[in-house]
Amino acid sequence: MENPYLPYPVRIDDIIVESEDRSLKTFKFVFINPQDEEKFAYHAGQFAELSIAGKGEIPIGIASSPVEKGFIKFTVNKAGVVTSHLHNMQVGDVMGVRGPMGNWYPWEQLEGKNVLIVGGGFAFTTLRSSIIYMLDPVNRSKFGDITVVYGARSPGMLLYKDELIEWEKRDDINMHITVDGTDDPDWNYNVGFVPPVTEQKAPQGDADSYAIVCGPPIMIKFTQPVLEKLGYDHDHIILSLENRMKCGIGMCGRCGIGRELVCKDGPVFTLNQVNQTPREY
Amino acid sequence: MKVIKIDKAEWTKGLDALRGDYRLFGPVKEKDYYNFKELAGDEIPHMEMQNTRLSPKSLIFPQSETMMDYSLDKNDADQGICKETPKDYSPRAILGMRPCDAKAMGLVHLNFDNGDYQDPYWLNLFNASTFVGLACDAPCGTCFCTTAGCGPYHEEQLDLLLSDRGDHYLAKVITDKGQALADKAGWSTSAADEAMEEGKAAAEQKITATIETDRLRSLDTLALHGADIWEDISFSCINCGTCTFVCPTCWCFDIQDEIRGKKGVRMRNWDSCMFPIFTVHTTGHNPRDTRMHRLRQRFMHKLKYFVDKYDQGIMCVGCGRCVRQCPVNIDIRNVSQIMNNLDAENFCAVQGK
Repeated sequence: MENPYLPYPVRIDDIIVESEDRSLKTFKFVFINPQDEEKFAYHAGQFAELSIAGKGEIPIGIASSPVEKGFIKFTVNKAGVVTSHLHNMQVGDVMGVRGPMGNWYPWEQLEGKNVLIVGGGFAFTTLRSSIIYMLDPVNRSKFGDITVVYGARSPGMLLYKDELIEWEKRDDINMHITVDGTDDPDWNYNVGFVPPVTEQKAPQGDADSYAIVCGPPIMIKFTQPVLEKLGYDHDHIILSLENRMKCGIGMCGRCGIGRELVCKDGPVFTLNQVNQTPREY
Repeated sequence: MKVIKIDKAEWTKGLDALRGDYRLFGPVKEKDYYNFKELAGDEIPHMEMQNTRLSPKSLIFPQSETMMDYSLDKNDADQGICKETPKDYSPRAILGMRPCDAKAMGLVHLNFDNGDYQDPYWLNLFNASTFVGLACDAPCGTCFCTTAGCGPYHEEQLDLLLSDRGDHYLAKVITDKGQALADKAGWSTSAADEAMEEGKAAAEQKITATIETDRLRSLDTLALHGADIWEDISFSCINCGTCTFVCPTCWCFDIQDEIRGKKGVRMRNWDSCMFPIFTVHTTGHNPRDTRMHRLRQRFMHKLKYFVDKYDQGIMCVGCGRCVRQCPVNIDIRNVSQIMNNLDAENFCAVQGK
């Protein structure tokens, strides 16, 4: 019997400080046993448990994309026992990864459709995975227009800045980067919260359009009416939820929102599905 | 399957014959209550008990269990790499389990073998065990198994079912596993099937307490969740978690790392939806922030979410432990009655977003 609690051993291959306050770092891992990479085959939108012996585990969205081979990446906010320890680890250190876990954005359903991505703060990780996946030369033709609204508190808090600038230059993705505020005179992009920027810049929703929304609860709360106004159906608004987790495989019981378990039945739900749960997240 | 007769003298002798091939577990008296324990040497199970204070779930799902171990020594090549902890999964026999507790194993099984994943710790212990049930001819006043999808002679999950007849047991052989155990023990005297059936009918008559569940399936989840019944029900709850610890069907657990020097283990411990830390996020946000939220979760899970998810009835077998041991007398039968009887007009009034 496979033991789903046993992490795959990985080595930290690279660490990138993402934000000016150093609270966000991206960890690039390589599998110590190459065959584990195959077992870890994942889709954009899934998460994994990062596992540190002696500290514990933490569920984190996968920031690398299935089209990127040879490594996996996670962007981690320094917050609790495990993430604080992780932030102090060094390139070359050995730890564990368990997964992939949960469902993913409905890629088959999204084929041939326009995709609007709305992200805020450090919840941009699985959205990065998704954008890289859709922009891959093999996949780009499968999707219609791709529009991204991504905001952070300040320019220094934006994740993956090099990639954002690169995507800005492309003509097959519409980028709308925004910050809550900045005193940088060279800031050439939007200033304002994500919901109003979405209202101004995002395309109208129709039967062929889907919106994927990830961000802090307050952003989701104010983006929902904007998307409704733009014409996005509740079945076409896709969210990724978070809850406290331990097992990640639907057994330990704590992440339930009614009969659904965020770890196994989610984390990806349509707004319509979420509306039918007690919303205990 | 057939019924056999086991004289009490043969029973003791049979247990001794089993000891070489099985690790034996059974109810043992401790102070003024009974608990399931591994039987030492020539110890025999205390079959006179009415039921144990804690359910026997811990024999398959230990309250605290090491899952993995690892080294934290920088000089070790496998430093920081978790390894599955070796365990003894040799055959074991659990003697004197009440039919309600056996059925509960079946409900918990649904959680630990969920279609996508199998929990090796639970399943290995479950598969290694032969369950020898003890029918209830003298139920507790709080037993309501017959309306909870179970009964005093219920056979689900059992391999062998015993009925105490004073100087002998009648034993119904239910599975091949049960037959193998009877063969090993040397119990083979045939008895009439009817004797067992008569005992069953008489025992069922003695269960008078009931739980109302007939409308739970058809009720709207959000209406139940939002109904204005929960403040009243939870008013006296102190979130002590006793109900979840004594419950044979509660399976929630926590995973923790424990270290001593350069060695460490990852272990799991029973957890409870009654505890605030069960769901609290690192940010401090807690989706089930109040006693009311947590009590509602327990009853909604047992009486609605589980019912809808599996279509196998409620997540309760009517053993009555939580009813007997709740320090503030919260009674699942009352709660189920209130939920079951919510009327349609109430829903409209209370349904909010």
